[in-house]
Amino acid sequence: MKLVQLSILSMAIGLLTFSCDNDDDTPQVVNEEEVITTLNVTLTPQTGTPVTLQSQDLDGDGPNAPVVTVSGPLTSDTTYNGVITVLNETVSPAENITEEVEEEAEEHQFFFSVGGGLEATTEYTNFDGDQNPLGTEFRIIAGSPSQGTLTFTLRHEPKKPNDGTLSDAGGETDIAVSFDVTVE
Amino acid sequence: MKFLFLCFMTFGSVAIVLAQECPYSLSGTVIDFHDKTPLAGASVVVTGLDRQVTTDASGRFYIDDLCEGFVELEVSHPECISRFVRADVEDEESFIKITLEHHLEELEEVQVVGSAIKERTNSSQEETILSTDLERYTGNSIGDALKRITGVSSLNTGAAIVKPVVQGLSGSRVTILNNGVRMQDMEWGDEHAPNIDINLAGKTTLIKGAGALQYGGDAIGGVILVEPEKIRAQDSLYGKVLLNGVTNGRGGSGTLELTKSYKNGWFIKGQASYKRFGDLEAPDYILSNTGIAQIGASFSLGKNSFEEGWEAYYSFFDSDIAILRASHIGNVDDLIQAINSQTPNVVEDFTYTIGSPSQEVTHHLAKGSYYKRFEGAGKLSLQYDFQQNQRFEYDLRRGETRDIPSIDLRLTTHTISTDFRADASEQNRIHLGLMARYQNNSADPSTGVRRLIPDYDRYDFGAFALTEYYVSPSWVIDAGLRYDFSRIDARKFYQASRWAERGYDIDFNDLIIEDLGSQLLTNPVLDYHNFSATAGVEHTFGEDSKVRANYALAQRAPNPSELFSEGLHHSAARIELGDLRITSETSHKIAVSVEKDSEKWGYVLAPYVNRINDFVLLEPSGVEFTIRGAFPVWTYRQTDAIFAGIDASLYSQWTPTWRSEHRFSFIKGKDETLEGPLINVPPVHLENGLVYQNPQLRKLRIAVESRYVFRQNEFPENIEVFSPVANEQVVLDINTPPPAYHLLDLDLETRLTLIANNDLTLGLRVTNVFNTRYRDYLNRLRFFADDLGRNLALRIKWII
Repeated sequence: MKLVQLSILSMAIGLLTFSCDNDDDTPQVVNEEEVITTLNVTLTPQTGTPVTLQSQDLDGDGPNAPVVTVSGPLTSDTTYNGVITVLNETVSPAENITEEVEEEAEEHQFFFSVGGGLEATTEYTNFDGDQNPLGTEFRIIAGSPSQGTLTFTLRHEPKKPNDGTLSDAGGETDIAVSFDVTVE
Repeated sequence: MKFLFLCFMTFGSVAIVLAQECPYSLSGTVIDFHDKTPLAGASVVVTGLDRQVTTDASGRFYIDDLCEGFVELEVSHPECISRFVRADVEDEESFIKITLEHHLEELEEVQVVGSAIKERTNSSQEETILSTDLERYTGNSIGDALKRITGVSSLNTGAAIVKPVVQGLSGSRVTILNNGVRMQDMEWGDEHAPNIDINLAGKTTLIKGAGALQYGGDAIGGVILVEPEKIRAQDSLYGKVLLNGVTNGRGGSGTLELTKSYKNGWFIKGQASYKRFGDLEAPDYILSNTGIAQIGASFSLGKNSFEEGWEAYYSFFDSDIAILRASHIGNVDDLIQAINSQTPNVVEDFTYTIGSPSQEVTHHLAKGSYYKRFEGAGKLSLQYDFQQNQRFEYDLRRGETRDIPSIDLRLTTHTISTDFRADASEQNRIHLGLMARYQNNSADPSTGVRRLIPDYDRYDFGAFALTEYYVSPSWVIDAGLRYDFSRIDARKFYQASRWAERGYDIDFNDLIIEDLGSQLLTNPVLDYHNFSATAGVEHTFGEDSKVRANYALAQRAPNPSELFSEGLHHSAARIELGDLRITSETSHKIAVSVEKDSEKWGYVLAPYVNRINDFVLLEPSGVEFTIRGAFPVWTYRQTDAIFAGIDASLYSQWTPTWRSEHRFSFIKGKDETLEGPLINVPPVHLENGLVYQNPQLRKLRIAVESRYVFRQNEFPENIEVFSPVANEQVVLDINTPPPAYHLLDLDLETRLTLIANNDLTLGLRVTNVFNTRYRDYLNRLRFFADDLGRNLALRIKWII
């Protein structure tokens, strides 16, 4: 049974040769570069207190759901100037993704939808290079006292121009957040 | 398209004009002198004419274009003594029966000893696809060709990523060997196709089930052996050129293969192929971003003699595959929208450009092998192989990261193995082997995306013993045992919130080696001890019938995806979660078959039942919310599953030129714990083919193939998710299978002899003749677009 011995020996040598592993090779941590954790919407009326809406999900694709906060009610029959800020807060300092969105304006668009009985209308106030809506800046006109939802959707690579609906625009959803909003 | 067809017709008519002068043919069978079993892979050389054929699985051969009189045949088989036989050629279809002495020790002459088409097991179901058949699929992938075999389907991601599914099982449950090397190419992912070029294969054999323990103990589904053509010890320079042009994809492929062999056993062989397709097309629209660029090459050098031999082999494979643009979606609402919409949301003009999303995979494989025969003992083989698999996946990204891959994994594997085949006894053969493997996976952090699969080192060790016992000429018993040990030593970062959600903070807190606040660095070291065993019997009866029965026990250690997955999968809009607690799965499979294989007709009837304890599956388990909206969560879970089915095939040679072939496969998969159907079980298939083959008419072959795929009526329930757009709970129609479909394919082939021994074979293959719209249940992109429309592929093979 010389053969068997020979084979075992050769196996053993082989194993020894490549089992000297590089044990202390601690991998480098990866912080997600383009994850969006936070959507901040500031609604500023011409007079009166601004209203802020925030959705923050610090673990990104992790199990925790976003924390959604609304600072207060909107005032009826008032026009608010809206500014959207999108952040990645998993890195420090937080990365402002709005800048990238605005740089690549032709490939992005925010959509606003009012639902559940809320009396309000929205309109775009900033546009991309082709004069198609972008929506990081917008206007919202609060109507009569009511309650409902205000939904913000950011689409990456939508069809542009589109008819203003999400289904026509297509593309990939980067943000979809609904806020429960009251008009008083 | 018309032009191609015209060309074909023109060549066709030329062929008929050049009518042959010697219209006689000779067919025959080569059988073993001792036990009368047919010898497959025996070489039959017509001396003086320099023509060679090889016997098929039932020992038959066919030589045409002979003149009246007689020929001298040199008949050889790797395991037999060569013989010279005189055969009379007196009528148009002469027949001869040749016996070979199957006795190794008395051999004095030097022979080529390679892998002949000899069955690898006795009691398991096996089927081989020969190179002439594989060549008909030259522009496709190996998974497409394997679907010719009853019981084989495929799990696709589009048309270019094709993973073979054997009796309902795929991925890590199907072991693939390339020239004797077990592929280590990240087979754990659904969208990871085998990294083998179909043009590399001389022949491909599928062994269903885990009975072939020499190749691994965990092949619960089966083993696929891709092997190069055998090289004979003779002074010769030969090769082939294979060109293929297709209309769907507006591209083509080319292969060149050259072999130089010497009488003293030396050989050198090189092969290279290139394929380039643009966007593919469904019947009604362009499937935007589905192009492919692929390069394959292999090189081997060695010396074979009866007593000893060695080989150095290297193969390279690189494929760059675009993935349907419309399949890249953002959240559950996008998925709902895609499912409800009948057309993909992105349809652009045809292009050859491979945009995002896409994947680029490179595979290097090198091996050195050596064997020596010991008189009165057997054959000892040694092998070392090295593999490196590099995978890049490109997603649609924003800003500076646009051209940076989202996934960058490098898997490096070293394996040494040795085995000894004791074949001194005619009655009882024993096969013993040992294997040791080291594997390292390294994920590049510069992607800026958290690693899908962590860095790990893996160690494997395996040992097996198999025996074949020839009770009588008509009874063979085989049995085997195998033990495998594997250890995975990983370094993985978990999100702290995920660590808690999975309950790992209770079970595995000792694995944490560094706490970075939002992320935890852990060092799981997982050991698995797996046992496999097989036992079976083969009984030959009558002239040409067989019964086989086989039991196989197999255990498979979980793969890195099942253990460590943690993150968002864009193409499926789902969060996939592995589980550290997953243990090895254990399969008990019983397969029986009754076969008949005669000149006139034959059949295989093969029922099986496969009970898998702790079966690992990936299925929807809930919903998680992110700022992008809701995502269904798919979790790996273990359950007890049972697969039961039947593979049946039938052929009939109605006349010498007309033949019909029929295949049927039926399988059911059930979750025994939940008492419900399993996900992704292949639907019932029925295939019928009619072949006209006339060797006297320039080898004209016309084949019509019909494939009917039934609707899968048993599937897990759909899940309910909250849709922010609809602002309510909606049913996500993600499990509902598409309707049944029927496809018709047509294949025409003819052979011309331009110069002596330089045959030119022309072929035209039309797939989906009626341009039928369909979607396949096992295509992961079925939610987004129809499958492929009509395709015309013209191929030219030139034998040098």
